[in-house]
Amino acid sequence: MSFEPFEILRSRTIVLPQKNIDTDQIIPARFLTTTSRKGLGKAAFYDWRYDVDGRPRNSSIFNGVDPDTHRILVAGSNFGCGSSREHAPWALYDFGFRAVISSDIADIFKSNALKNGLLPIEVDDETHEYLLSHPGAEVVVDLEKELVGVLGGGKSATFKVEAFARRCLLDGVDPLGHIMNQTDAIKAYEEARA
Amino acid sequence: MTAKSLFDKLWERHVVVPEAENSPAVLYIDLHLIHEVTSPQAFTALAERGLKVRRPDLTLGTLDHSTPTLPANAKGELPYATPEAKAQVEQLRKNCEEHGVMLLDLGDPRRGIVHVVGPELGATQPGKTIVCGDSHTSTHGAFGALAFGIGTTEVGHVLATQCVLQRKPKSMRVTFEGKLQPGVGAKDMALAMIAQIGADGGQGYAIEFAGEAVRGLSMDGRMTLCNMSIEAGARSGMVAPDETTFEWLKGRDFSPKGEAWDAAVADWRSLTTEEGAHFDKEVVVDAAAIHPMVTYGVSPDAAAPVDGEAPMASTEVERSAAEYMRINGGKPFHDTAVDRVFIGSCTNSRLSDLREAAKVFAGRHVKNGLIALVVPGSEAVRRAAEEEGLDRIFIDAGAEWREPGCSMCIAMNGDQGAPGELVVSTSNRNFVGRQGKGVRTVLASPATAAASAIEGRIADPRPYLSAV
Repeated sequence: MSFEPFEILRSRTIVLPQKNIDTDQIIPARFLTTTSRKGLGKAAFYDWRYDVDGRPRNSSIFNGVDPDTHRILVAGSNFGCGSSREHAPWALYDFGFRAVISSDIADIFKSNALKNGLLPIEVDDETHEYLLSHPGAEVVVDLEKELVGVLGGGKSATFKVEAFARRCLLDGVDPLGHIMNQTDAIKAYEEARA
Repeated sequence: MTAKSLFDKLWERHVVVPEAENSPAVLYIDLHLIHEVTSPQAFTALAERGLKVRRPDLTLGTLDHSTPTLPANAKGELPYATPEAKAQVEQLRKNCEEHGVMLLDLGDPRRGIVHVVGPELGATQPGKTIVCGDSHTSTHGAFGALAFGIGTTEVGHVLATQCVLQRKPKSMRVTFEGKLQPGVGAKDMALAMIAQIGADGGQGYAIEFAGEAVRGLSMDGRMTLCNMSIEAGARSGMVAPDETTFEWLKGRDFSPKGEAWDAAVADWRSLTTEEGAHFDKEVVVDAAAIHPMVTYGVSPDAAAPVDGEAPMASTEVERSAAEYMRINGGKPFHDTAVDRVFIGSCTNSRLSDLREAAKVFAGRHVKNGLIALVVPGSEAVRRAAEEEGLDRIFIDAGAEWREPGCSMCIAMNGDQGAPGELVVSTSNRNFVGRQGKGVRTVLASPATAAASAIEGRIADPRPYLSAV
């Protein structure tokens, strides 16, 4: 496994309130000509951080934010829509993020994130609104209890993560190993159809 | 017995281990398509564990995303955008060779965009499960297959086990009632549907497309419609197979032959949704009311009839999209000047798409200073188009006729717009910067894109189509 098992996460948030933040925003396609999954953090939200000439944008929300203390991304609804590129969670994880919170997160992105130690958290609209309007809030995520809480705000909410993916994150269960344990069933299926 | 939907039947046929509270289903995959961009890390993961590809015979590789659409130079060197792009192509070649996977390499007369060549070869068939590390895998659902995009980790899972772990998604039926008006096609249906249900309206669902207007579509049209499912947030879209499907598939390289063909068709006929089958959500779209559609924002659901105007921005998100696109609400689309036109992509690069564009281009010329790119979806499409003389029509009209590939849809091979340019594109995504930094993308059908190229403004194609 190439990521750390998910323990209780306590961190500040970076807020990107836009709806429909697609994976082309998370990592532009020109960075996909790589054969490695490493070191993509520098490409994360590249065009939001740098202008067309490659100069840092003064207005970028990422300016002056310490990735070590801001490991939770709060985003508008339908986060991660578009392309299936797993480079998106690779880039976010490498940048320093360990969780993404939104009211709804696109299917393929969610599935990819869960396989890479980046926890996608879907919360109710009220909690979402609160987090969107409190950038930099200090948030605690407890995956075991499926609970997200805002420190000092007295705000907390539950969330659901698909049960198997949750075990993979918490206990380091290896999904490929899990499928390979079913090799007999796979063989039987293939034989029955042959 | 409970009535079953097409989706229920496809799902049930492929369950190796049923899902339980603590584990998703192990789902068998009949066809795994791979390309150079999302597969290298999966092969690396395999190598790290000393694993081989379980079923190379069910795996098919092609090169499309990073490949140049301009020909080789005098020294025989292809104009790759970067050395990394070339390395990626070479990596897939090496991986396929090592694992005995068939690769449609550069120079192979069958090569093309993954979602064009799968069906063309007859590898895409009704009743199959089909995956690819590409979100537009939904395209293959047009044949009555369960087809969806996966991430690279899952590409590794399928390479190693021929299976994926999946929870059964919810089901949605989108019924297009009534007949399409002349000059309106599958792309317009897709954009109208997405505008109606939203870019996340299909989130968590497998969509079945039904209704008279869907039945009336050619296979090319059905592929366009299913292709765009993901732009509504749905990983898969499908159409029940019928005579149109069987006729299209008959005699293709990978299609069953002789008695096996008859048996296959008999089986495929059972792949329909039974009367009374349950859907978690039903959506009805009035097909007869659809006009040619264009997008005006930076999400595919920001779409409206081309003969109208963009709505007034009412939220901060809409205002910022309008500012980026420089398409203001309340002004006719026809007022918006076009710098570049792209006709191609897995959405709209098949022969009928090119014929539709050629009908508009024939005997006309693109607006002075406007760049128009026509990129066929595959070598087979290119040959067929050239046999009909479509390439001459495009070239005579002042458009560029390129080599097959994804080209300006994902704009990672060097084909892209310049900052600030407005591109009318037959591709599937109008995201900020998708077609190059600062490029403004308007999604449309091939006919609308061609008409816009002629006029140098966003244009309604219907006058061009009816005049023929």
